[in-house]
Amino acid sequence: MNATTLVLLGPLIAVGAAVVVLMIAVSIRRSHHVTAGIALAGLLVAFLLLFRTTSVGPRGVGPLLLVDEYAIGFTGLILAATAAVALLAVGYLDRLEDQRDEYYMLLLLAALGSIVLVSAAHFASFFLGLELLSVSLYGLIAYPRTRAEAVEAGLKYLILAAASAAFLLFGMALVYARLGTMEFARMSMTAADRDLIALGGVGLIVVGFGFKLALVPFHLWTPDVYQGAPAPTTAFVSTVSKGAMLALLLRYLPGDVVRAHRALLVVFTLLAIASMAGGNLLALQQRNVKRLLAYSSIAHLGYLIVAFLAGGDMAAAAVAFYLAAYFVTMLGAFGVVAVLSTPAREAGDIDDYRGLAARRPWLAMVLTAALLSLAGIPLTAGFVGKFYVTVAAGSAALWALLIVMMVTSGIGLFYYLRVVVAMYMEPAAGGIGGVPAGRAPLAGGLALAALTVLLVWLGIYPGPLVAFIRAAVAGVA
Amino acid sequence: MTHYLSLILFTPLVGACLLLVTPREKEDAIRWIANIFAGAGFAISIPLWYWFNPQNADFQLVERAPWIPSIGAEYFLGVDGLSTLLILLTTLIGFIAVLSSWTAITERVKEYYTFLLVLQTGMLGAFMSLDFLLFFLFWEVMLVPMYFLIGIWGSANRLYSAIKFFLYTLVGSVIMLLGILALYFYAHSVTGVYSFDVTAFQQLNLPVNLQWWIFLAFFLGFAVKVPMFPFHTWLPDAHTDAPTAGSVILAAVMLKMGTYGFLRFSLPILPDGTRAFVPLMAVLSIVGIVYGALVALAQKDWKRLVAYSSVSHMAMIMLGMFALNPVGITGSIVQQLNHGISTGALFLLVGVVYERRHTREIAEYGGLSKIMPVYAAIFLIMTMSSIGLPALNGFIGELLILQGVFVASRMWALFAGSGVVLGAAYMLYLYQRTMFGKVENPKNLHLLDISHREFATFAPLLVLAVWIGLYPAPFLRRLDGSVQRIVARVSPQYSPTYAALGCGGAPTPQMIAANGAARFLQSVPCGPDGRPLVAAESAAR
Repeated sequence: MNATTLVLLGPLIAVGAAVVVLMIAVSIRRSHHVTAGIALAGLLVAFLLLFRTTSVGPRGVGPLLLVDEYAIGFTGLILAATAAVALLAVGYLDRLEDQRDEYYMLLLLAALGSIVLVSAAHFASFFLGLELLSVSLYGLIAYPRTRAEAVEAGLKYLILAAASAAFLLFGMALVYARLGTMEFARMSMTAADRDLIALGGVGLIVVGFGFKLALVPFHLWTPDVYQGAPAPTTAFVSTVSKGAMLALLLRYLPGDVVRAHRALLVVFTLLAIASMAGGNLLALQQRNVKRLLAYSSIAHLGYLIVAFLAGGDMAAAAVAFYLAAYFVTMLGAFGVVAVLSTPAREAGDIDDYRGLAARRPWLAMVLTAALLSLAGIPLTAGFVGKFYVTVAAGSAALWALLIVMMVTSGIGLFYYLRVVVAMYMEPAAGGIGGVPAGRAPLAGGLALAALTVLLVWLGIYPGPLVAFIRAAVAGVA
Repeated sequence: MTHYLSLILFTPLVGACLLLVTPREKEDAIRWIANIFAGAGFAISIPLWYWFNPQNADFQLVERAPWIPSIGAEYFLGVDGLSTLLILLTTLIGFIAVLSSWTAITERVKEYYTFLLVLQTGMLGAFMSLDFLLFFLFWEVMLVPMYFLIGIWGSANRLYSAIKFFLYTLVGSVIMLLGILALYFYAHSVTGVYSFDVTAFQQLNLPVNLQWWIFLAFFLGFAVKVPMFPFHTWLPDAHTDAPTAGSVILAAVMLKMGTYGFLRFSLPILPDGTRAFVPLMAVLSIVGIVYGALVALAQKDWKRLVAYSSVSHMAMIMLGMFALNPVGITGSIVQQLNHGISTGALFLLVGVVYERRHTREIAEYGGLSKIMPVYAAIFLIMTMSSIGLPALNGFIGELLILQGVFVASRMWALFAGSGVVLGAAYMLYLYQRTMFGKVENPKNLHLLDISHREFATFAPLLVLAVWIGLYPAPFLRRLDGSVQRIVARVSPQYSPTYAALGCGGAPTPQMIAANGAARFLQSVPCGPDGRPLVAAESAAR
């Protein structure tokens, strides 16, 4: 291992080291806020090291990892999102009776797994990263272990993630058996074209992706897990875990390749349509805000697949921008849920949000901004993201998918507005016992303020981020 | 003043930001801040009237800066005569709406004024934008504050009305966005540049079938907003349930977004599409005129009556526009201003009695002219302005529209004329039921006449109604350039370059030499290609 490799792996090492430091610190003395501080410091160091990494330039680390602008960009996104989740978790865990500190270790491990995923160039690192992420998530989801719902959600996630991992592994085995390599760069899809077994292997891998991204019809775990998991974890699952997977998908199977293969194109088109329609239609019936957001996230992944299918640099940029916008928005939405929730009782029911504007005007405003962004109303990041997706799909002439997207997002507006109506236009209902009154915790409040500013900033002046993304994705897709 | 338009645009937004950090308990301070910023917004916009040069047909006071360079979107503002007048209407109506809310709104005052000011910026931005994406952004941004204004401070059925308003408009505008993108990609395929520059789009000659599709997409977006029959059903609900200021802004300014959209985008960018859809547009407009008026005649709710009168009036504006000749288009723009003035005032007038009695049932009132004489006088003037009595503004607009429509088709003119007659019927019937007769309802006996503040909200509208009615020339002069630019694209036979060929003017000696009958013509009829018909015939012989 030479110095360059060390620089390339710097962020990974920093996050890994932070976990070790956390373990040592906890064994000396348990102090929740110190632990949180160490975790955040670790994330910050990793983030700063990224700038050093950029200067070394795109290089592989052995055959396993490829650290290029693309990986660095997504690593930065993951680190920032993890930091936001950690900030939100501080206030949430303060209300937990015991065992607060381990949460941050699991969180950092999950982030580590995600970083490996976005840098992966090889099936081995792909699977390693995925398992690191999944195993940490079992713990994070079932974290308030005295609450039955959370444990149930953890168990559900465990079983389904294990099943999807089995699909993925078998698919990898088939592809390896026929193509004789596990490196993405050396896998020639044209060789797989006439090979049914290899194509079947790719199909199984797509199923694995489908589970992790919660595309319809592989979405069944999503609402239950979103509802049962502690709100900060839900924020993490809906953003980092999905985002890392999508970044990997874009690298492993670029949209151009998918479009060149009729079978894959059909499969992904159907997945996109099913996710957009299914997610938005099923959300209409929800009375629980966490479940509603779960279905909404399914729909949003559908929109992302539309952009992904467009292929080319424009599409890769659209996917990356949309992901960034989606991260900011979802973190904001679940952030509000996290501030309102306690480990003993998640603020999920729509009744908890009735009259929120009168009691907690700032929180209501943040959630409204997030919901409008999810609905794609201008001046929010979500609008610019959706606009990019539309432009990318339009330039690839995917008009049918675009029309489905327009119609389903019109339906989507209806349920987002219902939450807004509950917050602003209906009197408080009885079921607010579990929702603590008063101020948002400092850390969570800071995170929410930053997210909201970012959400509006990206909505008004997305130029700089777009320029950065276009530079980063050039050559990947 | 290189950033004059931005200054007008962002003054209300600055006020909104200031309100956000004002403590919510200080309600009077909030009212003062909102009124000062809305008033300042109007005051700042007044020089626009003088600085706009009517002799110059180009867009003026242009501001241009990159916004999202990677897709070619720009921060591109500029005004012509059409937008100048609509901007002035917006700043005035915005100020009046804020001023009229002083005592009407007592709950959640801070949010209320914040939304009003944000709405103001959204509307101004839509009228100023020359970048299609920027326009779309402002267009959509308007929805959110209006949705809250109806949903929170509205009356009985407000949630239903607010969501209906939002969904109708949003679905229409999402389809419009697809049209914008189709235009954007086509422009790129021709010019090789990604851009949303409207002035460049106006130079394009799109294939006819593409124009059809894009016209339909724009039509859905704009027709919902106007609202044209059969997309009008959100309007009576939204108007009836909105708070007074919301109704005033909705009627006076937001409906103009739709007509403005047609004039700025559909007509000049898609001339062939426009001409192809003239029959459809005319039929929908005529149905709207007659249907809106008949339904208004049957209303028992004061505000609903005014709302349906809007449907009828806006349909008349659309009919004038789709006569596609200079007079008709000028009339339709003037009538947009008139509708803003008179319908805005009528909604304010309903608001005044609603604030005192909390009912809009026409049957609850009667004989108010004895108790509120000043009120009744203002109401009378505005009723006459709405009907189109000579010497008031409505007359000028209706006259021009009828003149333009008559040239296009006598049959249409007949229907348009019937709309005027029906308009007089429902307005006078309303006036009679509410103002005349004995005071039969004891609750009305002690109603206070309008206060000085309320009078201040009406005063500018009264002045404008009389000004436009007696001396419309300054307004018409400012519209010349805009109308000429639209006409040059959509009906070139009326434009000066074609007139130079001899069409539209008196017959030339050459024409009379070629065809003796030409001497009896006052003006030479124009062919569809803009060339004089007479000369063409004589050449054939």
